[in-house]
Amino acid sequence: MNITTVDNTLQNIGNDFKEPDTKSVNLNNDTKKPHIVVKNLTMAYGTLVVQQNLDFTVNQGDIFIIMGGSGCGKSTLLRHLVGLQKPSKGEILYNISSNNVSSDLKEINFWEASQEERRLLMKNFGILYQSGALWSSMTLAENIALPLEAYTNLSGTQIKELASFKLALVGLAGFEDYYPSEISGGMKKRAGLARAMALDPDILFFDEPSAGLDPVSARLLDDLILELSESFGSTIVVVTHELASIFAIGTNSVFLDSVTKTMIANGNPKYLLKNSKDQRVINFLTRGESK
Amino acid sequence: MKYKIINNEKELLLEITGNFLIDTVSDNLTVSDVIEKIDSMKELAKVGFDVTELKKWDSSILTFLKQIKSHCVNNNIIFVKESLPSGIQRVLELAEAVPERKGIRKIDSSKSTLELIGDASINFANSSKDMLEFLGEVVVAFLRLISGRYKIKGSIIIPIIRECSVDALPIVSLISCLVGLILAFVGAVQLVMFGAQIYVASLVGIAMIRVMGAVMAGVIMAGRTGAAFAAQLGTMEVNEEIDALKTLGISPIEFLVMPRVLALSIIMPLLCLYADLMGIVGGMIVGLFMLDLNFMEYYNMTRDSVSLNSFWIGIFQSFVFGILVALSGCLRGMQCKRSASAVGEAATSAVVTAIVAIVIATAIITVLCNIMGI
Repeated sequence: MNITTVDNTLQNIGNDFKEPDTKSVNLNNDTKKPHIVVKNLTMAYGTLVVQQNLDFTVNQGDIFIIMGGSGCGKSTLLRHLVGLQKPSKGEILYNISSNNVSSDLKEINFWEASQEERRLLMKNFGILYQSGALWSSMTLAENIALPLEAYTNLSGTQIKELASFKLALVGLAGFEDYYPSEISGGMKKRAGLARAMALDPDILFFDEPSAGLDPVSARLLDDLILELSESFGSTIVVVTHELASIFAIGTNSVFLDSVTKTMIANGNPKYLLKNSKDQRVINFLTRGESK
Repeated sequence: MKYKIINNEKELLLEITGNFLIDTVSDNLTVSDVIEKIDSMKELAKVGFDVTELKKWDSSILTFLKQIKSHCVNNNIIFVKESLPSGIQRVLELAEAVPERKGIRKIDSSKSTLELIGDASINFANSSKDMLEFLGEVVVAFLRLISGRYKIKGSIIIPIIRECSVDALPIVSLISCLVGLILAFVGAVQLVMFGAQIYVASLVGIAMIRVMGAVMAGVIMAGRTGAAFAAQLGTMEVNEEIDALKTLGISPIEFLVMPRVLALSIIMPLLCLYADLMGIVGGMIVGLFMLDLNFMEYYNMTRDSVSLNSFWIGIFQSFVFGILVALSGCLRGMQCKRSASAVGEAATSAVVTAIVAIVIATAIITVLCNIMGI
């Protein structure tokens, strides 16, 4: 494939996108409930502001992409979304069903939540870290078992069964007794994904899932993400700057800029590619090839 | 390289010939020579180059040209870039494509003594606060543990116990035995002068059982296990493993710190007991083979001179040291920043903290025992 065809592919991606007419937008608003609402968020390390005035909504079932150049604060935003870092200003609200059975949603602010609510939130978060972050002193099965032990009253054998099943889901059947140091980087990512899915969470967060993977493995991971979104209806938030992934899986996105320190675009990545007037966004989405 | 002055001293042509490479740069004119020449020509308006004889070049010519160029720009002299080979022109353009951002350069600000003292005081206050916070969290976790609100699984604590007990025995044996031997030697030299060599047994027995056994075991464990704890937790921090625990709502203090503190506080008294024994064996070697004492004589003297109080004090101290070593290791590990060198610093800092804590605790316990008359 030569450069011209790559360029064409990118343009085609934009053309694929059908602009939603007013009707379907309304329909969307009715069926898609907001899952995470970020209001006027400012993130900072001490006095150093990373990003400010972030306002966006992640709807239920979205595959939401957080994109932007290196060092613009994507991973920091993810750390805020999963409750590892407290916002300097603004708030993040989550609409979480209070239990597995009822579909009633409860609005929770992580930093103002009670102990019980916080536990409920954490149970509903599944996170795949950039490095996999598997607990190195435990086997893969034990890694997946730990969240189950912490949140359920299942028996040892049931937990073992579930752990094996989750490993099989990510193509690691038979690797139960391996330690993280004994498997490859791609396998670690997949095992990390199995752990993130251990509790069938409502929201899955992925921190640069394809970083360090070969193109085929990255593609397989994208397929897996799409599959999860479709089968389980999970909301998925992905931090990435891999264009191929962004267009393959993203249904909504936010674009962070490191110079103005705020978001400069929000919407479906394909729609942005076709309609954005912002040269920075276009440059990013076309690898700077469309000038 | 040669100069060619043309156009009535208004134009300087630099003839660059041969190779201009990093290893041959010394054969060429230096930047300061050229700048001197430029400065000496009052009428100069243009600097150009003749590169027809230039063969190979590398980055050294680029830094050379860049400096001449900036000197020309500063003095309103035209730098005729076009006279250079196109490759050099392109690389020079590339280096200037992204101009330096204003205020991005780190300013080398040497601080005054007062500022340094201020910084150190603030750091000390902050680290004391962190330490207290950590201790508070450990106490809360301990209360939750004894009230049965959470459990520590055997599969987690047993490997830690093994790591800090059986695996540590060889080094504890060696060091304690040698310390007993040294104590006996030093004592013997003095006591033999009075014909009181039998008191070597009392000296070694009391010293080892009351203080030295616990202190030596403590110092060994600080260097061995304390550093290992800091490195383990530090690496977990670097690999986001601790974040993964936090986002699951599992407290790292309960899951990582408590098992280590418990394991070491259980094991240390046992290790201390073992160190006491090995110390006495060391003393006995000197007694039997150097001072010609008889085994039963030595044994009886040791038994008679060491009180049960001394024994309990030693055991109590080792229990305290166990907690201190584990806490120092875990604290420094949890404070570790996200880089490989930070893990090394955490391990070093854990050992230093633990040894300081051991010495301070020994002093406090000794003074307290003295006051209570034990």
